[in-house]
Amino acid sequence: MANSALARSGSVKAASSNDAVVQVRDVCKNYGDIEALRGINLEFERGNLTTLLGPSGCGKTTLLKIIAGLVPATSGEIRVNGRAVTAPGPERAFVFQDFALMPWATVLRNIGFGLELKGVTAAERDRTARRYIEQVGLAGFEQKYPHELSGGMRQRVGIARAFAVNADVLLLDEPFSAVDEQNRRKFQEDLLRLVELEKKTFIFVTHSIEEAVYVSDRIVLLSPRPGRVSQIIDPMIDRTASPDDIRRDAVYLDVVEEIWQGLRQYAE
Amino acid sequence: MQMSVSPAKLRDGIGAPKEVPPTVLEKIQSFADERRSFWIVVSLTLLFASWEMAGRIPISFAFPTFLETLSAFGEMVADGSMHKAYLITLQPLVMGVLVSALVGIGLGVAMGLSDKAEWLLAPVFIVLQAAPMAALVPLVTFVYGIGLTAKTLAVIMLALPVIVLNSYKAVRHVNPSLVDMCRSFQGSRVQQIFKIIIPDASPVLFAGLRLGIAAGFIGVMLAELLITPTGIGDLITYHRSVANYAHMYAAVASIIAVSTLTLAGLQYVETHLLRPEKRRK
Amino acid sequence: MTLFGRRIPMMTSLIFWLLVWEIVGRLEVMFLIPPITSIVAAGLNLVQTASWQSASLITLRAFIYGMALAIVVGVPLGVLMGRVRVIDNIFGLWVNMFVSAPLSALVPILMILFGMGETTVVVTVFLFAVWIIVLDARAGVMQAPTSLIEMGRSYGASRWTIFTKIILLSALPEILAGIRIGLIRGVKGVVIGQILVSIIGYGELFELYSRSFDMERFWALTMLLFAAAMLLSAGVEHFEKRIEYYAGVR
Repeated sequence: MANSALARSGSVKAASSNDAVVQVRDVCKNYGDIEALRGINLEFERGNLTTLLGPSGCGKTTLLKIIAGLVPATSGEIRVNGRAVTAPGPERAFVFQDFALMPWATVLRNIGFGLELKGVTAAERDRTARRYIEQVGLAGFEQKYPHELSGGMRQRVGIARAFAVNADVLLLDEPFSAVDEQNRRKFQEDLLRLVELEKKTFIFVTHSIEEAVYVSDRIVLLSPRPGRVSQIIDPMIDRTASPDDIRRDAVYLDVVEEIWQGLRQYAE
Repeated sequence: MQMSVSPAKLRDGIGAPKEVPPTVLEKIQSFADERRSFWIVVSLTLLFASWEMAGRIPISFAFPTFLETLSAFGEMVADGSMHKAYLITLQPLVMGVLVSALVGIGLGVAMGLSDKAEWLLAPVFIVLQAAPMAALVPLVTFVYGIGLTAKTLAVIMLALPVIVLNSYKAVRHVNPSLVDMCRSFQGSRVQQIFKIIIPDASPVLFAGLRLGIAAGFIGVMLAELLITPTGIGDLITYHRSVANYAHMYAAVASIIAVSTLTLAGLQYVETHLLRPEKRRK
Repeated sequence: MTLFGRRIPMMTSLIFWLLVWEIVGRLEVMFLIPPITSIVAAGLNLVQTASWQSASLITLRAFIYGMALAIVVGVPLGVLMGRVRVIDNIFGLWVNMFVSAPLSALVPILMILFGMGETTVVVTVFLFAVWIIVLDARAGVMQAPTSLIEMGRSYGASRWTIFTKIILLSALPEILAGIRIGLIRGVKGVVIGQILVSIIGYGELFELYSRSFDMERFWALTMLLFAAAMLLSAGVEHFEKRIEYYAGVR
């Protein structure tokens, strides 16, 4: 493949690594007679951002929810920090596509909600929440309600809430799909900054090829019906460049093209 | 009540826009657009005026004019018979609604949370809500006589099914994403119920409560007219028997007004105190 | 609910409750609750009597007249309110008020205006059913999708064509939903009207059976009424589902 010099196209089996925070082993998922996922084996390394990318119906969100412990796998197991898990745990935090903000609660309470459930005192969780409000750029909106915020601001609340519980692994389910294009780009840049800053493991689901290539250290391509891992791509993009340069970079454009060639067979 | 957001632009959009100075009519129109109270006044005036005219024709010997009814109402308020009647009528109503609210929301939430409770109870309440429960009112008098208990039971029989079914639907229609969110942060089942499910269901719970109160008013009037005349039912029955039609109409109009104001008040309290996201546009 | 891995249909719990009823009835805990079997026997016997047949006829007639009136008045008024702002503003208050008002208090007035007979019951049915029909027709007309109306205009449809072919048709599911709820309310209206008038139709029979403590017949009559109300509601729901195939894509 012409691009292989630029982007290392990995084999379907991910190379085993000692630094794997999340391991997905032989995960299958059936809904009744429908096979949603078949034999998924993946490892996610600490400090990396991995994207699950694929056409609709490939089970990428299902896989993310299985990792989160929100949906049970039919067979196979998920290991987080070496321990098998079947339910949500404190080492993972989820960011929802539809934000999942409580409409009756202020920004401050929404962000502190994960801590509230853990029984952290009000003063303590407000302090933590305020720190992350600052980080995601929502200072001054503490006492607003979700309906008073734009879509982009709402998702900042969702992200701050996930950061506030200080989990090792952040699971993001198409977090920017309900955000308009301008804000989406700003978000992607902010996300890269947060990955740099927080040294956490990110698992990111999207159906946008450009978004995946722009933000990811590694892209897992899933093929549909049933969902399987079809290809793993490490974009190897120089992230020291400015955002605008990255988007014009030849490597970036070639990886986007390579993924599109792999996915176009699934387009209607 | 909701004022219209009528598709004015559809009606006006067909011809090309013309620049004309506002006529008096248009000035009134723009004033009316800005003030909801304007239409409330217009609406009330029109009805009362047509009532007055119908009474003056008169369309029936038993149809007093609006002014006669109003003065009869004033008379009954002045001599204290009105508020005495309400003290009596409100007892079974308030007790019945309270019991229905507590039991109804409890059962409905249980049915929403548990498949077993749903299987056992939902069909019963679906039948009870669709069925004319009024037919059973005579039965309660056999067991509980003609006192307060019988009337309270009549209120409960009409109010309970609608409260149960709304609470049940409210819980079943809770945003699943919020429940997932709570689970993803390891919220316990109890936290899930009290911090997510009940708050998210509360608008529909309140809607059910309003419907229950409306049904309770129907129930209490039915009980007071059917079991034994007491309270407002007594005012209606008594003044009818002595052909004091203005007084009778005043009693009927007052209970309808009280019911309407109660429901509107509840809605106001709900939107202004409990749902911050509905407070402002 | 599932039991031993099998889904049990929800309505089967009614069988369970009828069984409980039968046992309570057999134990003779309360004279109020005779066993279901004897109620069914009384019911079978009841439907053959001339008094039940004529009462049913009267009830049905009052119900049909009242409902027809409610639909004939309610749908056009609702459509007008949805289309004409001034009408909406004037009637909106009253419709919203009467839809949840204690109409049972109004029946005594109807009795003196229309007499202790069928007319009162017809008017009661009308008053119970009409408001919700108005509100739903209004909502349906107002929810007619703007893009469909703009589509009609861009293809040069006249206002009348847009009104009849787009607005009315797209409001049909809501109008039908209103009529279904109206029917259920109408059944309640016919019962409340007849019980309060108490000398015609089922009201007379209820009065008769409860005075003579004929619990079997009382319950048989009640259950026939309940069954009729359920069947009616299920029937309209079935009809609505056939309409829904195009309501679903909006």
